[in-house]
Amino acid sequence: MVPPVLEVDDLNTTYQRRVVLDAIDLSVDGPALVAIVGPNGAGKSTFLKSILGLVPCTGSVRVLGQPIDSVRRRIGYVPQRESVDWDFPVSVGDVALMGTYGRLGWFRRPGAAERRVAQECLSRVGLDGLEDRQIGRLSGGQQQRTFLARALAQQADVYFMDEPMAGVDASTQAVIFDLLDELRDAGKTVFVVHHDLRTVASRFDRVVMLNRRLIAAGPMAEVFTTENLQQTYDSQFVTLDEAIACSATTR
Amino acid sequence: MGLTVWTIVIGTTAAAACSLVGCYLVLRRLSLLGDAISHAVLPGLVAAFLITGRVGGWPAVLGALIVGVLTSVLADIVHRRTGVPEDAGLGVVFTSLFALGVVLLGLADGTDLDPGCVLYGLIELAPLDTAPVFGLEVPRTLLTLVPVLLITIGLFVLFWKEVQLTAFDPAHAVAAGIHAGLIHHAVLALTAGVIVASFEAVGSILVVAMLVVPPVTAGLITRRLHHLMPMAVFFATTAATGGTLLATWWNTSVAGMMAVVAGVQLGCLLAVSSVILGERQSRGERGVSPGR
Amino acid sequence: MLRYNTLIVLLGVGLLGAAAGPIGALAVLRRRALVGDALAHATLPGLCLAFLIIGERSMPALLLGALASGLLGVTVLALLSRYTRIKEDAAIAIVLSVFFGAGLVLSRWIQNHTTTGSKAGLDSYILGKTAGLLLDDVLLLAGLAVLVLVVLLALYKEFQLLIFDRDFARVQGWPVARLDLLLLGLIAVLVVIGLPAVGVILVASLLILPAVAARMWTDRLHRLLVLSGLIGALTGVVGAALSASLPRAPAGAVIVLVAMAFFVVSAVARRLLWG
Ligand SMILES: Nc1ncnc2c1ncn2[C@@H]1O[C@H](COP(=O)(O)OP(=O)(O)O)[C@@H](O)[C@H]1O
Ligand SMILES: [Mg+2]
Repeated sequence: MVPPVLEVDDLNTTYQRRVVLDAIDLSVDGPALVAIVGPNGAGKSTFLKSILGLVPCTGSVRVLGQPIDSVRRRIGYVPQRESVDWDFPVSVGDVALMGTYGRLGWFRRPGAAERRVAQECLSRVGLDGLEDRQIGRLSGGQQQRTFLARALAQQADVYFMDEPMAGVDASTQAVIFDLLDELRDAGKTVFVVHHDLRTVASRFDRVVMLNRRLIAAGPMAEVFTTENLQQTYDSQFVTLDEAIACSATTR
Repeated sequence: MGLTVWTIVIGTTAAAACSLVGCYLVLRRLSLLGDAISHAVLPGLVAAFLITGRVGGWPAVLGALIVGVLTSVLADIVHRRTGVPEDAGLGVVFTSLFALGVVLLGLADGTDLDPGCVLYGLIELAPLDTAPVFGLEVPRTLLTLVPVLLITIGLFVLFWKEVQLTAFDPAHAVAAGIHAGLIHHAVLALTAGVIVASFEAVGSILVVAMLVVPPVTAGLITRRLHHLMPMAVFFATTAATGGTLLATWWNTSVAGMMAVVAGVQLGCLLAVSSVILGERQSRGERGVSPGR
Repeated sequence: MLRYNTLIVLLGVGLLGAAAGPIGALAVLRRRALVGDALAHATLPGLCLAFLIIGERSMPALLLGALASGLLGVTVLALLSRYTRIKEDAAIAIVLSVFFGAGLVLSRWIQNHTTTGSKAGLDSYILGKTAGLLLDDVLLLAGLAVLVLVVLLALYKEFQLLIFDRDFARVQGWPVARLDLLLLGLIAVLVVIGLPAVGVILVASLLILPAVAARMWTDRLHRLLVLSGLIGALTGVVGAALSASLPRAPAGAVIVLVAMAFFVVSAVARRLLWG
């Protein structure tokens, strides 16, 4: 039997005695594109970080049926764009290359093979010709795509992406969605924290609705309902269309 | 009055003034700017000495007001214009200014400006240099220190509302129509003035101890500004008194001992508060699942 | 002609600068510039205690004492920011001033209470005494430079990843806490070995200034490391040579001013060349 891609049991995370995630139980089968939605401050980023072991938490997390530390080679990560210093002296190519470091291990320097992988990933996200550009001199969308290229270079089986489409233009968004489809078709599972409810239903297979507690999770058609949305967003609206319109204007 | 008594008077006055401005610095997370300014005023001090032939006094205090603002403005320029990280930008400015001061100090060697006095404070000798006030021989340092302390208290009382708002929530203060930038720079200028007035007592490095440690200690007890300030002054003055007595007893550096006593106060309070809060904190901290 | 002594000093300070440059670059990027300053100030009590225990000037013993108390200082710093609500900036100022105060208490006590505690001995560590460098010191500095070179060559990619994106590094499974500790250890060793030349108060600027000057010329990490090493070495050599002709000014301060000059020139050149 194939184990679920992600299995979370009674996950609790607190920051300075404040409960941010409260008793999350979740099981997700792959391959799939999974949207994680919820209002600002709902704990979406914290949820990803808890799964990846980046913040202290209690409960058990299994990815691909194993504890996270045994499957790190098979995991890709796209952090929120604000999480790094964009003045850092590295180029776009350097960042993409970082994706291969996990496989390289201690002391070994990236060689021609790794460079080829990084280059390929950059072209997949449409950043050809920018590999020598310092990362601070990119547009927001290009920075986001650089992070995606780095995650692709990890050649992982499960990806966790934190708002990869925040502040990007329509063309970048299209590039990213096509990429997500490619990944799913290649048998991977991608968890995407996503803000834009308009595209959730049409572009993702499954949804996880989060607001400190887990509101609902499952196949899009069953779970993405007005009722659940009202609960997730503290019932500011009454219909699905209204909710979606609302998410479009508040962005 | 005995020398030790005068030493204590000088020390407590300096400590009180420092800890008052220190409260604002600590709340606004500007402790390092205080540290930077205390280093950066050195060239100004030496220059004032080379020009007036006197250590400290009003010319130096006025010069320091400028240097205080200049340090923060320069650090800001280095950070913004060159993209150097903020902390490194501050480091660039104050170490350079301090080095300039040290070199000037070296060139002034042979005059009666003692590097040791400027760097580490020679409060032990301050009571010896006196001036008559209403027939009483008063240490000359106090002629600047006491007015500076009074001005500090006066300004904080006068602008209490503005200071309180900008200390806790600069963004809201701006919305409320308060010129937060102006208050910010005014406090920095005041900080520099206090530092220069106090440097004779505690020296240009240890003045940081009086700026930062007592307010942090007081902050363990209270979070309200009108409790924080008197409490910080209490810790600062007791540290100054205790430090002077201990140092006199052991025949060692008074300024250094003041810093150590302030540190011990902080350590004791941390220990006490961790015993009180320990229960609650450990509940929050315990956590990483055994499976990880 | 250069005399033997001068040559030794130039070589020593040049090597120190060469090692300080790249380590400083990593420290600055890791936002550890002022932590280095706190660490440097925190070395003073250990220096004095070692002096009290050993009784006479023995450089390796003094430096070991300095290293121990510097590391104690950053440990206290880490504990304060982790386990209390004290913010990091305040914690840095606290460690810096209280440790330095303790150091002053000890050094003044030594001066007043012991006969061997010649004033010159310990004072030279506060502002640095470049001219006092001996062949043994230079060998130590050469060893240090080689150590820095080896570590950077071996762990370049690890440090790059750690400093640029800590979370990503952890997701890939790197032991970020241990790598961070190694970097801090390198900073500490460098600060301590720089003490005899530049002194407690100013040694941290040797980490900061060449690094930020080099940053003006390049946007790539590997070039930054090489360039800050070069600028550091040049700073040391020029500064030491200059201070030989300014005997009354402490050499450490002269070296720092030279480093500042390099930074100012670099910053201006960058604006002129690239706008
Ligand atoms: N490092 C942190 N320390 C304390 N609180 C935090 C920290 N990171 C996030 N929080 C708080 O936890 C809550 C959840 O944050 P986050 O996971 O970033 O939400 P989201 O990504 O859904 O917007 C927020 O209220 C936020 O203020
Ligand atoms: Mg988030």
